[in-house]
Amino acid sequence: MTRPNPTAVDGDPRPGAVAPASVPDPRRPGEAVFRRLATGSGIAILVILALVAAFLLWQGFPALLASPEVLAKQAYGAFGTWVLPYVFGTIWAAVLALAMAVPVSIGIALFISHYAPRRIAQPLGYVIDLLAAVPSVVFGLWGRQVLAGATQPLYEWLNTNLGWFPLFSGQVSTTGRTILTAAIVLAVMVLPIITSLCREVFLQAPRLHEEAALALGATRWEMIRMAVLPFARPGIIAAVMLGLGRALGETMAVAMVLSGGRTITFELLTPDNPNTIAATIAQNFPEAFGLKVNQLIAAGLVLFLVTLAVNMAARWIVARRAEYSGAN
Amino acid sequence: MRIIRIASALVAATAAVSLVGCASNETAAPAATQTATGATSTAALSGTLAGKGATSVKAAQEAWTAAFQTANSGVTVNYSPEGSGAGISAFTAGAVGFAFSDVALSDEQEAATFTGCAPDSKALNLPLYISPIAVIFKVEGVDSLSLDEATLAGIFAGRITNWNDPAIVATNSGVTLPDSPIAVVHRADESGTTANFTDTMHTLAPEVWTWESDKVWPADLSGETATGTSGVVDAVTNGKNIIGYADASAAKDLGHADLLVGDKPLAPTADAAAAIVDKSPVVTGRGEHDLALALDRKAAGVYPAVLVSYGIVCESYADAAQGALVKAYFGYLGSDKGQQDAAAAAGSAPLSSAMLAKVKAAVDSIT
Repeated sequence: MTRPNPTAVDGDPRPGAVAPASVPDPRRPGEAVFRRLATGSGIAILVILALVAAFLLWQGFPALLASPEVLAKQAYGAFGTWVLPYVFGTIWAAVLALAMAVPVSIGIALFISHYAPRRIAQPLGYVIDLLAAVPSVVFGLWGRQVLAGATQPLYEWLNTNLGWFPLFSGQVSTTGRTILTAAIVLAVMVLPIITSLCREVFLQAPRLHEEAALALGATRWEMIRMAVLPFARPGIIAAVMLGLGRALGETMAVAMVLSGGRTITFELLTPDNPNTIAATIAQNFPEAFGLKVNQLIAAGLVLFLVTLAVNMAARWIVARRAEYSGAN
Repeated sequence: MRIIRIASALVAATAAVSLVGCASNETAAPAATQTATGATSTAALSGTLAGKGATSVKAAQEAWTAAFQTANSGVTVNYSPEGSGAGISAFTAGAVGFAFSDVALSDEQEAATFTGCAPDSKALNLPLYISPIAVIFKVEGVDSLSLDEATLAGIFAGRITNWNDPAIVATNSGVTLPDSPIAVVHRADESGTTANFTDTMHTLAPEVWTWESDKVWPADLSGETATGTSGVVDAVTNGKNIIGYADASAAKDLGHADLLVGDKPLAPTADAAAAIVDKSPVVTGRGEHDLALALDRKAAGVYPAVLVSYGIVCESYADAAQGALVKAYFGYLGSDKGQQDAAAAAGSAPLSSAMLAKVKAAVDSIT
């Protein structure tokens, strides 16, 4: 490999990003060292990503090339129909989790940044960050042993009284290990990530804008709506994307909580739920060999592509709306 | 220029690694020349023995390797629980000294050339681990449950869907069964437990359970899924009006259904489970000492839902030192103490003394 091109960072699209001096000052070797380190790190992440993709392609290829008959005999069956329920389950669980986590996270972040007195705000921030340090297997155990049992009566009530609503229809689960429970666990897991980032972004909102809004007679909520939220929108989206990444890829907690199968359904309360890709891989890998391993890794490749596609779609939405967001 | 230098360094490193690999294989050779007889031999055995295979024997293997290594301080036994299929492939390729599998080698697998064995040597299947599979349930107000073959298969096949179905009521007089739907929980992951449980239902009630034995639950059946034995046990413990299957040792606190085979209720006890290897005929056409069994789940007095895991070894090893290690290790596994150790650690059913004698004869024949 040749020397990394030092001008690569010039492509930084951020407005106002300071372009590095093209000629390093010879009297300050630290400058050059730091620049190389930063560029190297930037390249390293691309290389790592490329290596992961190459591994997934290389190991998953035999399963992608094999005919459905061979796969049915030696592995889990035709790839497309096999992986489709899992793709659906992965996205459906993540969407449900975000639907619950995002409003709550933004609420907590706003409370910490704009409503709570400083004495409460700081400890609360620490507690939220602590939540991020809990390992997923603990969330899984909690979901399986406590949450599932605790929510089951609620599910039964929803099913009996609101069963006409498609999401709550079907035969209700007697263990509570449904996709809704899994989504609640995921929501708790992504909550600290989204909250921490949103809090930081809200604190960055220009003081002048906020004070101007208040001076014009805006209430506190109007001020947040006019000055803070538009400014923070790209940051919120980025936070949600990070949370989404965690929700899409979460393995252990889902594998432990969810009663997952291969049914594609939007019903939230039944024992027949679509499993997620990551949980399927974790559950089947210990006993897999030969082509089965290839097929599971190919499923990993699909998850990789789904995550990539979702992220790119979100970036595209942000970029499109940035022009008239009013933040600038 | 630089690329060439790096490449040559890589080649050298690879060569060094493979040389070391060869060397470590050879060091075992002179050390273990004596003929070891069972685990009691305290003569200085040394070397490394690698095994791979079924996850079902993981807990037992942990106890076995620990006890064996304590008794023979020069020996290291490594067992990687990667699944029966992986174990058989690795054993056939000569990558490991022994394998464990939840099913005996098929005729095709037996006909393969085993790289690690002496030329013309076949593989031996030795039943060494028996674990009864319990049908566990949790139903309000029901403490005991008896199910005949067709009813058991009917429940798991989704044909019997309510607890007060006449088929269940018929075999449970005196028990108040609720008018609630049956929730069935099965394994989400591939498992030898599922393979043996489906095989049991297919053998006992083929007209109801039409699916062949498989490590994966039939995809066209719905129902609750859970990961691993502990997952199923948790689901049944925390659920209600629910039924599932799990290794009996893992589900001691839950209600066990008795299986009615030929009008005689059978509980998943160690004795009733171990009886199956005594009453099942050995597969014909194999070597003199091979103990691959055609499990007779219909035999009288036998609890039918049983998982039997086989140790798979060479009749004769290409590497004599490896053979001596395998012989000593399997001598211990097939001893009374080995079986008791497994029962204590994993809750398996110890083999009967008649079967242990056959296993011992087979182990003694290993060269």
